[in-house]
Amino acid sequence: MADLQKLTIGKAINLGLRRAMEEDPKVLIMGEDVGKLGGVFRITDGLQKDFGEQRVLDTPLAESGIIGTAVGLAVRGFRPVCEIQFEGFIFPGFDQIVSQVAKLHYRTQGKVKMPIVIRVPFGGGIGAVEHHSESPESLFAHIPGLKVVSVSNAVDAYWGIQQAIKADDPILFFEPKKLYHSGAMKAEIDVDGTPDPLFESRVVREGTTATVVAYGPSVKVALDAATAAEDEGKSLEVIDLRTLSPLDLGPVFESVRKTGRLIALSEAPSESSLTSEIAARVQQECFYSLEAPVLRVTGFDTPYPPAKLEEHYLPDLDRVLHAVDRSLAW
Amino acid sequence: MPSEHWTHPEPGDGPAAVAAQPSPEQVIAGLRATSEGGAELTQLLTPEGERVSSPQFDRYVDDIDAEALKGLYRDMVLVRRADREANAMQRQGQLGIWVPLLGQEAAQIGSGRALRKGDMAFPSYREHGVAYARGVDLKEVLGIFRCTDHSGWDYKAHGFHPYTIVIGNQVLNAAGYAMGQKFEGKVGDDDSEATICYFGDGATSQGDVHEGFVWAAVYDAPLVFFCQNNQWAISEPTERQSRLPLYQRARGYGFPGIRVDGNDVLACLAVSRWALEECRHGNGPVLIEAFTYRMDAHTTTDDPTRYRLSDELEEWKLKDPIERVRAYLARGGGADQAFFDQVQADSDAFAAELREYCFNMPEPPPERIFSNVYAESTPLLDAQREEFLSYLDGFVGAGEH
Ligand SMILES: Cc1ncc(C[n+]2csc(CCOP(=O)(O)OP(=O)(O)O)c2C)c(N)n1
Repeated sequence: MADLQKLTIGKAINLGLRRAMEEDPKVLIMGEDVGKLGGVFRITDGLQKDFGEQRVLDTPLAESGIIGTAVGLAVRGFRPVCEIQFEGFIFPGFDQIVSQVAKLHYRTQGKVKMPIVIRVPFGGGIGAVEHHSESPESLFAHIPGLKVVSVSNAVDAYWGIQQAIKADDPILFFEPKKLYHSGAMKAEIDVDGTPDPLFESRVVREGTTATVVAYGPSVKVALDAATAAEDEGKSLEVIDLRTLSPLDLGPVFESVRKTGRLIALSEAPSESSLTSEIAARVQQECFYSLEAPVLRVTGFDTPYPPAKLEEHYLPDLDRVLHAVDRSLAW
Repeated sequence: MPSEHWTHPEPGDGPAAVAAQPSPEQVIAGLRATSEGGAELTQLLTPEGERVSSPQFDRYVDDIDAEALKGLYRDMVLVRRADREANAMQRQGQLGIWVPLLGQEAAQIGSGRALRKGDMAFPSYREHGVAYARGVDLKEVLGIFRCTDHSGWDYKAHGFHPYTIVIGNQVLNAAGYAMGQKFEGKVGDDDSEATICYFGDGATSQGDVHEGFVWAAVYDAPLVFFCQNNQWAISEPTERQSRLPLYQRARGYGFPGIRVDGNDVLACLAVSRWALEECRHGNGPVLIEAFTYRMDAHTTTDDPTRYRLSDELEEWKLKDPIERVRAYLARGGGADQAFFDQVQADSDAFAAELREYCFNMPEPPPERIFSNVYAESTPLLDAQREEFLSYLDGFVGAGEH
């Protein structure tokens, strides 16, 4: 009989981590405050108690150190799962990620594997001070050698983290922090079931009027917009990218061929970003099917503003619907 | 028991002889040594409020008579009151988050009051007391935590850099600033300038802090590294960052390091003045480890009961930085009850003013999102701004009909 558990995204990741650690003694968790405190978001809650201080490491406070030592541990055969406390603090570790994590496999002609997962809570909407609300995922998707995943729901969170840990490539795992503990995002998970493949995008709602492609926290916005659009007699198809690198745009192309319209949605600034990449590839593949240019609904090309302004900065349902109208008006 | 290895280095001494590796127990004992007046800890005022003399540092507080000490007391009480008010306002949903300084008033006021007009301070994010000492209106500090602004004050006018949240970044920035002071010839005599940089014990693990030590050392920058060792980096104790008392690290970079009782405002003032004087005279950087304790949560989102023992807190309450000055002033006759009552009344008024301001703080207009991204804006950004503002206008119209 299936073991069904109803979990939030945060609890789903916690259970996924636990399962991965039970299955493979080489899996380590490392980061700031991940042990006793269970992480500032409590995602690693209870793991140090059960697996000990040598498998759940409260590290010194240094991101370059966390990532850099994870590289050495991986060379030694471990599978480190690093937690970065907030996305805005990944940059002291950026050098190690770009220069070593991403390139060692290539440089050694495949002799050195980098089975490292870097968990990054990201995105806004939590009313925080600077550096706690950003969306830097495009920077990592731009780096060859890295894979980038962003989950939007508890089922993918549970399976995704386990799949990422099992993978032999380094994976940046972007988690929608705003939704960690959201009751609305609770899902029933068959914790012994079979997961979908990690590196595939998925149509999460079917529609015919226009396609909205999103990932991470924006998937919820897209789905809410689709519900609202229904009242106006418009039917939106929503696609969750799930993995940002490699981008699986097959389902997007297919959808655009059906609807003729695409809105690419993301909290990140738009210039030179994932949404740029999506727009470029879709116009290349679906040029004759497009009824309107690909439109983007994103954060602005500014630093993340003071949180009192984030309701304006973050793409919301209205901005998605506005873009749908603009697309239809073409 | 602390080994020889941890004895107090005389500032300016040559490198210490290499000692045997301490045991883990010794490491923790050394990191946590709180022995008042012990060889390691520079102290001028004991927790009981007794003035102890220091042949080396007394002269740096010669001018601190009863009036001046009352001033320092008042500073600390006002800053604590503001801190408690802000903490309460966060609980009431008026601030997004608050970073308490409870227990660190002496470290901040002592060092902050040691600075002069031409000096520059580089804070992290907990330095509300230093901000106050630099004449920054705490209302502007509240703006950060109410999330209306990233930083409001005029850094130049106050000699107080914007807060830095990314751990350790500001240490290199301060090193560069101090190098600038040196390159401009502002070092060499009593009238010279210096820089002070604040960071926590956790920050000492960051590469930026190490690099800041290197830079400041090799360029002889007039920079005082002021580490407030409040024992915790969120949930991680100091022993998770170091095997060695932090002040001793300075040796490895070739400049003096000193541990001062961070709950002793007089000692913090004296040691900071000494260190700044070293800098002003071109003797290069100094590391001060202010040994103190964060008596509240790391921030209002933290839950210290998960990692901290309450008797630790009780122990530190006995070393309260404000109480010892009060005891000294009361006993020495420098202050009567009327004075303490007045300070209390002043601090209440100060808090009320902050509260009033906070509740009525103006909301920033949406166009603020787009301003000051660049010194010279770009066509793309201008277009994005126009498009967004006209989109918002559409809603205004819709609402009116
Ligand atoms: C680069 C970076 N990593 C992580 C954080 C999250 N964080 C904020 S404060 C803090 C602990 C800092 O401790 P410490 O340096 O001792 O200073 P304290 O807050 O105790 O004054 C952490 C981990 C951050 N702000 N920047």
